[in-house]
Amino acid sequence: MSNSNMTRRGMLKTGAVAGAGVALPTIFTASSAAAYTNEPTGSTVTLGFNVPQTGPYADEGADELLAQKLAVEHLNGEGDGGCLNTFSSKALKGNGILGKKVEFVTGDTQTKSDAARASAKSMIEKDGAVMINGGSSSGVAVAVQGLCQEAGVIFMAGLTHANDTTGKDKKANGFRHFFNAYMSGAALAPVLAAEMGKDRRAYHLTADYNWGWTQEESIVASTEAMGWETVNTVRTPLAATDFSSYIAPVLNSGADVLVLNHYGGNMVNSLTNAIQFDLLAKVANGKDFKIVVPLYSELMATGAGENIKGVLGSMNWNWQLTDDGTKAFVKSFGEKYGKPPSNSAQTCYAQTLLYADACERAGTFNPCGVVEALEGFEFDGLGNGPTLYRAEDHQCFKDVLVVRGNMNPTSPYDTLEIVEKTPVEQVTYAPDHPMFAGGALGSCNPGA
Amino acid sequence: MFGLDKKDTSLLMIVAVLTMFAPFILNPFPTDSGLAQFNAGYPDLMQRFVIFGIFAIGFNILFGLTGYLSFGHAAFLGIGSYSAVWMFKLLSMNIIPAIILSVIVSGLFAVVIGYVSLRRSGIYFSILTLAFAQMCYNMAYSVLGNPASSYNLTNGETGLQLLLDDPRVLGVSATADGSIPVTNLFGLEMRGSETIEMGAWSFSFSAGYYVSAIIMLLSFYIAIRVFRSPFGMMLRAVKCNQNRMNFTGLSTRPYTLAAFVISGMYAGLAGGLMACMDPLAGAERMQWTASGEVVLMTILGGAGTLIGPVLGAGAIKYMENIFSKINDTVLHGWFSFLPDGLEDFVVFVIHPFVGKGWHLTLGLVFMAVVIFLPGGLVEGGQRIMNLIKRRKKSDDDAAETQPAAE
Amino acid sequence: MDAILLQILNGLDKGSAYALIALGLTLIFGTLGVVNFAHGALFMIGAFCAVTLSKILTISKEVVDPTKTDFLGNPLKVKVPYIESWFGESFGGAIIDWSVPLAILFAIPIMLFVGYAMERGLIKHFYKRPHADQILVTFGLAIVLQEVVKYFYGANPIPTPAPEAFKGSFDFGAMLGFEANAIIYPYWRMVYFLFAGVIIAGVFAFLQFTTFGMVVRAGMADRETVGLLGINIDRRFTIMFGLAAAVAGLAGVMYTPINSPNYHMGMDFLVLSFVVVVVGGMGSLPGAVAAGFLLGILEAFASMNWIKDIIPGIDQIIIYLVAIVILLTRPRGLMGRKGVMED
Repeated sequence: MSNSNMTRRGMLKTGAVAGAGVALPTIFTASSAAAYTNEPTGSTVTLGFNVPQTGPYADEGADELLAQKLAVEHLNGEGDGGCLNTFSSKALKGNGILGKKVEFVTGDTQTKSDAARASAKSMIEKDGAVMINGGSSSGVAVAVQGLCQEAGVIFMAGLTHANDTTGKDKKANGFRHFFNAYMSGAALAPVLAAEMGKDRRAYHLTADYNWGWTQEESIVASTEAMGWETVNTVRTPLAATDFSSYIAPVLNSGADVLVLNHYGGNMVNSLTNAIQFDLLAKVANGKDFKIVVPLYSELMATGAGENIKGVLGSMNWNWQLTDDGTKAFVKSFGEKYGKPPSNSAQTCYAQTLLYADACERAGTFNPCGVVEALEGFEFDGLGNGPTLYRAEDHQCFKDVLVVRGNMNPTSPYDTLEIVEKTPVEQVTYAPDHPMFAGGALGSCNPGA
Repeated sequence: MFGLDKKDTSLLMIVAVLTMFAPFILNPFPTDSGLAQFNAGYPDLMQRFVIFGIFAIGFNILFGLTGYLSFGHAAFLGIGSYSAVWMFKLLSMNIIPAIILSVIVSGLFAVVIGYVSLRRSGIYFSILTLAFAQMCYNMAYSVLGNPASSYNLTNGETGLQLLLDDPRVLGVSATADGSIPVTNLFGLEMRGSETIEMGAWSFSFSAGYYVSAIIMLLSFYIAIRVFRSPFGMMLRAVKCNQNRMNFTGLSTRPYTLAAFVISGMYAGLAGGLMACMDPLAGAERMQWTASGEVVLMTILGGAGTLIGPVLGAGAIKYMENIFSKINDTVLHGWFSFLPDGLEDFVVFVIHPFVGKGWHLTLGLVFMAVVIFLPGGLVEGGQRIMNLIKRRKKSDDDAAETQPAAE
Repeated sequence: MDAILLQILNGLDKGSAYALIALGLTLIFGTLGVVNFAHGALFMIGAFCAVTLSKILTISKEVVDPTKTDFLGNPLKVKVPYIESWFGESFGGAIIDWSVPLAILFAIPIMLFVGYAMERGLIKHFYKRPHADQILVTFGLAIVLQEVVKYFYGANPIPTPAPEAFKGSFDFGAMLGFEANAIIYPYWRMVYFLFAGVIIAGVFAFLQFTTFGMVVRAGMADRETVGLLGINIDRRFTIMFGLAAAVAGLAGVMYTPINSPNYHMGMDFLVLSFVVVVVGGMGSLPGAVAAGFLLGILEAFASMNWIKDIIPGIDQIIIYLVAIVILLTRPRGLMGRKGVMED
């Protein structure tokens, strides 16, 4: 860069020393004081939590934010420590990160790539954030990931499920803990075959944007591999609220399974509409008609209410798991906020701890050091079982949950039940798998 | 000066001074104080202020002068951005060709959309422009953005972005250290910035901001010239009574179309500049909410006035970027001097209006401005000026009478 | 053939939602000349009347069930609605089950009041103001209403199911001689269509056959003359505003079982309802209804697979495309009156 890209925070210390004589305004132009963007020089370090706070995903964002705040508390040694006690890496001591107290700033992504980049930039340029975490859509994740790469900070993705995030749009400064569409397909297919048979005919309704396309591709590939036939794949507008005209023709199409590649409000509405048409009570090709929702979230399950009963799908994590990491996290989240955390909250919590731990192990906040510490890192005790952060694409590899809408929920929180924990080997793929090909990580960018 | 009368020259000068010293003006609070949250003097937001200012100035040339309310102006913003990013991908990272192309392409779209839409007036015109913009948005989001298809122009939801393997004709695909090159103006990098520390304050000067600010001043100057020209008079006449104009044997269509195309090109320029500052073009830029936003900016600031739209743009962007970041932790920080119970109460009261509730504040501001300041923010400014003048006058009176009393 | 019949049914159903919203909007926008960007919010408030009623009916006492545990391992607290413990499980349960239809009774006074308060408190002062000011103030109001609802109900959709009796779907195909399951249609959607028909007929009858309606129609045509005749047209317009709000609200109440309501559902319909009203023609009630059904049916047709195969993405833009074509061929929409909102 031809110009120095010094920021306020980087200058604070020098400014403070020089400004000791206060009365004269001392003017400095930065030249080479900082080794990387937003190097923390005071006694604190700032993390940026970028989540949707307005728009349809506001509740999901609110849940992520609660988990992020909890993570900051635990890092600073407040509260019961949560997963710090179960985490396999013992680098974190509850005294902040590298001895610096953790502070955070928040921003609103609005679930729009433009707005998300604007708020991430503001956190980087104005507040001196060294890491951005959160989000609830792949479009936003890819856009913010690109920004963090250019700005020289680390991006720890929140909920993002499209293959592209760690596929063709992967970046060296970006890391994804959440699972992806390929993994959903690989985990779901055997369960679907076992429950519905290997000779099913599937009809896909797909939200017409990037995430929908990659999920459709993944599910089609994995179900066809086990013998299913794909009758049709139909794209639905993202802005659609009433899916009746897409669902009505399904029964006449010769299909006996409906796959809904929808998320959020789209999924709530399309599933509700499908139940209105009574699809689950019908018989097609001599078999009971079935519906599959490959990607579930707790909030969608709540929004769809009764309609999800018996419908299969997959998840990154669920609070009903029984390992120590999950128990510790659910306990400290539940006691603080009075409800169990959602799987996007868990991802944001885990990502924040993972980042902090990587800084501790690297001994620096320098993005290049953090990248090195995270690449190929194997850990356990954060709720997902043994996990690997793969060096080639910065994707986490861990068990994937297949879940089903609970037939007899006892509270608002157990609307989903775990059907199977698909082991990690079954969802692992080669880094150059065709669905993920086309991009390059590039090299880590420390900025400045 | 510059062919302007005295009043306009001084307005231009005031705007020029304000934009040039914006890094100081927008950062009035010391960095470490609690109120630093209200500082807006960081590069990204300052760039947004001037870029949306350009957008609103252009919109005002159509709406403020002719009264034609376009509800699809964001389409041109988006088209400008896409053109600019394509220029970066294919030709060079220099912003000049990108800006030129974005203005030309959005101008072409404006000719077509304007030609069709201007066949109708009033609400019918608004809905026609809305329909065109929504079609652009929906196509960009889905069909034209599917990476798997052969005509992926927009890259859909993710937005069109630069990649490491772009075939840049004049320039390199990737820099030596394996990253994507940076947008620049003959070597001056748009993201470069310089920070100056003055005591407890710090001010950042961004190259991108100053480039945008200079372009904004140019646009503002051109807008003044348009407002004061015979062409501008003609447009005002259209607003006043188009029928009467037609009865005099004058065809008004070429004039309104020219205004439409000019304002479309302004929007394209703004879109292109946005891409220059941050090389990514997202489809949301074309959604009706974005078109609505520029309408609101213009009305909020004061439609038909020169400076109003810029003020409106600043106000809305300020709220979007500053108010949305005030969370409970920040609030507790501000009011920590209060006794505990009172602190919680104050935070509880303010909480719904900031952070995730920033939309509520926005809605209330819209209502308050239009109810109490029918002319928009500009009228608010005028009222304050009048108040000051009157007080000054009465002070003068007082000063005059004082000696007599002695 | 059966596919086309099916899409006509879908179109009629979509169309009835569009027509109901457009009908209310055109009463305010096409006749009072107020650009009401808060109309979508009125639809949303109607939907949340249904949500609120079902919340009120299910106010519960908590009973500890020691055999089960909650997510923290404490004994589970089971909620039992008071209404069930008062009226017995079957009758109380039935009341809760029928909360959406019951909400109609609940919503009518609320919506009339909301409309009345809006007109008296805000819109009244904006009749003479430029349309731009009307847009800004009603858009501001819409945001405020949305945010208030979001504050209390969150952003997530809230499931509000139809009564048990209307769940499931009816097999038209079997009745018409097609094979089974060829044309099935959900009961509640049919209810919605009939409901829309009743409301639309009711509004037309009201305007056509009552003295009040006659005066209002006269006022729409020439407000000044009617005023000069010594008739208090302002008061009647206030009542019309209340009526429009009630129509929007009822459309919202009945829509809740079709799609779970959320706080921004009004914005989703706002732009569309403006398009419908303008395509129908400013100032024309029949135009708004006709345009609603027309656009609904065309939208349903455009989502058919073989049409999408010919023109990819046509279902995304069909409404706007049709709007452009109609406005270019018929200058004032389908049945617009001359001089309404043309300048």
